[in-house]
Amino acid sequence: MAAHDTLERQQEQQLTEAIRVAVPERSLRHDLRAVSIVWRRELIRFRSDRLRAVTSLVQPVLFLFVLGTGLSRLAAHGMPAGIDFKTFIYPGVLAMSVLFTAIFSAASIVWDREFGFLREMLVAPVRRWAIVVGKCLGGATVATFQGIIFLALAGVAHVPYSPALLLTLVGELLLLSFTLTAFGVMLAARVKQIQAFMALTQMLVLPMFFLSGALYPLAGLPAWLTVLTRIDPLTYVVYPMRHAVFSHLSVSPATLNALSPGLTWFGWPVPIGLCLALVAAMGVALLAVAIAEFQRTE
Amino acid sequence: MTPAISVSELTKRYGEIDAVRGIGFEVPTGETFGFLGPNGAGKSTTIKILCTLADPTSGTARVAGHDVVKERDTVRRNIGLVFQDTTLDSYLTGEQNLRFHADLYGVPKAAFAPRLRQVLEMVGLWERRGSVVATYSGGMQRRLEIARGLLHAPRVLFLDEPTVGLDPQTRDAIWEYINDLKKREDITIFLTTHYMDEAENCERIAIIDHGKIVAMDTPEALKASVGKDRVQISTADDQEAIRALADTFGIEAAMHEGRVTFSVESGEQFVPRLFAGLPVAIRSVSVSRPSLDDVFMSYTGKTIRDAEASIADRNRAVAARFGRR
Repeated sequence: MAAHDTLERQQEQQLTEAIRVAVPERSLRHDLRAVSIVWRRELIRFRSDRLRAVTSLVQPVLFLFVLGTGLSRLAAHGMPAGIDFKTFIYPGVLAMSVLFTAIFSAASIVWDREFGFLREMLVAPVRRWAIVVGKCLGGATVATFQGIIFLALAGVAHVPYSPALLLTLVGELLLLSFTLTAFGVMLAARVKQIQAFMALTQMLVLPMFFLSGALYPLAGLPAWLTVLTRIDPLTYVVYPMRHAVFSHLSVSPATLNALSPGLTWFGWPVPIGLCLALVAAMGVALLAVAIAEFQRTE
Repeated sequence: MTPAISVSELTKRYGEIDAVRGIGFEVPTGETFGFLGPNGAGKSTTIKILCTLADPTSGTARVAGHDVVKERDTVRRNIGLVFQDTTLDSYLTGEQNLRFHADLYGVPKAAFAPRLRQVLEMVGLWERRGSVVATYSGGMQRRLEIARGLLHAPRVLFLDEPTVGLDPQTRDAIWEYINDLKKREDITIFLTTHYMDEAENCERIAIIDHGKIVAMDTPEALKASVGKDRVQISTADDQEAIRALADTFGIEAAMHEGRVTFSVESGEQFVPRLFAGLPVAIRSVSVSRPSLDDVFMSYTGKTIRDAEASIADRNRAVAARFGRR
């Protein structure tokens, strides 16, 4: 009894004496800590939302198995012997699997604004860039994770589980996810209603997917379509991903040329490295715009 | 000692609307200072400027000794905020929300755990820290926000309509927490409210209407400036009591609602003298003060409800022009 009283008194005392918390001057380390917590929040939310992980898989699975299987009989005439149509569209559908998740992650900024949480972040004594970068990294991580789940289905499309290939694909997914999230965040700075944001992204996502060459080879297309495919940023990820997949299959050069022809600009073959650098540059540019937009005050 | 808040000639324009029209005041350290006024009077705009969320059109404001425009980050480190609308992440637990805040504000890692416990116990949410915020009631969410606002030990705590949208019982509970907090932490509180009874909890009040401060003083002084307290007594012999009041105290009393009624300054101090000096037995006494509602009315010529109705009309007109922000 006496011991209990003492304990209670101790607790009481602890409560009455305010614990001194000296918040330090802002520093780069502090900003990085902010990046980290904004990033981690995305992960926590993704983990607690299993339904989202499952629903985001529905679309790519539909494309790969239903569309892929359905069209494979028709496509068989154009496919070199021994190559499954599913193998051909796999890299494109893999890119698609992160498309929605990455942009949806950015949509959470719109939600955050609507539910007020964005304000909690914007009044904190940290640089705005830290919040935007944290958000983009978080979206990229979550989307890449989603892509990795889909990557597990590679075998079904006869894509080998080679460590080098998987590593390359994950790296490319990460790059793509980052750029897409940055794009979404930039959009979210301006579009303040969730319905408008969703409608706008829906409108952009499908054309991007169809124009990326995810479902057909990029050679021998009519001129108008050739131009459109070269404008589509997604093209510059789908091409390197398909290139990576086919270079890990034992196929003849003729097959490779038919299914994964090089990407050209007016006849000039664009190197893989340039494609990826282009996507990275775009990501950084979009990020810079997003940061600038969030820096404005009333 | 520098005041916790000092504001001079502050204005804020939104397009054609003058939300704040040249206000000035000082809040000494440790005071609970209230901004009282109808919705749309400029309370929230002022708080936004003080919290560095909006830039003033002209004038200056210093919070915790720092300029809100030039030393934005320093101001932010020294203030805690509880907004009118919830700003919690309802998918995270209470503890996760606070951890997020601690990292954003750079609370030293060693201090986080004890401070977390302290602020959560202060608002009675320590046991519920592991629950997702979506499962909290409205009052619990507001308490969690107060705990979060205090986590980084700010020198000034801003409460923008801290009890709006809550039922009366929860409102009272929130005020208990706030008053309790004043005893425990060395903190200045700046709050806005349009509830008259809440403003009573403040040490000083500024009444704001149409972007201007129309009166500023302690609640008692403001009410005293309006008029005297009303005292009602019932006695063994009311006629004799009225006569005695006139003879002994020089007070004119009359019968109202079946009781002897009269007005007097500082009614509570008068009651002991009344008992000592009145030759008639007194059965009951009630002293009622002029309410802040009377104060608001005397300074603005309208009740707070009238004021809100006209401002709602104006806001609708503005919203129609600019679209919803």
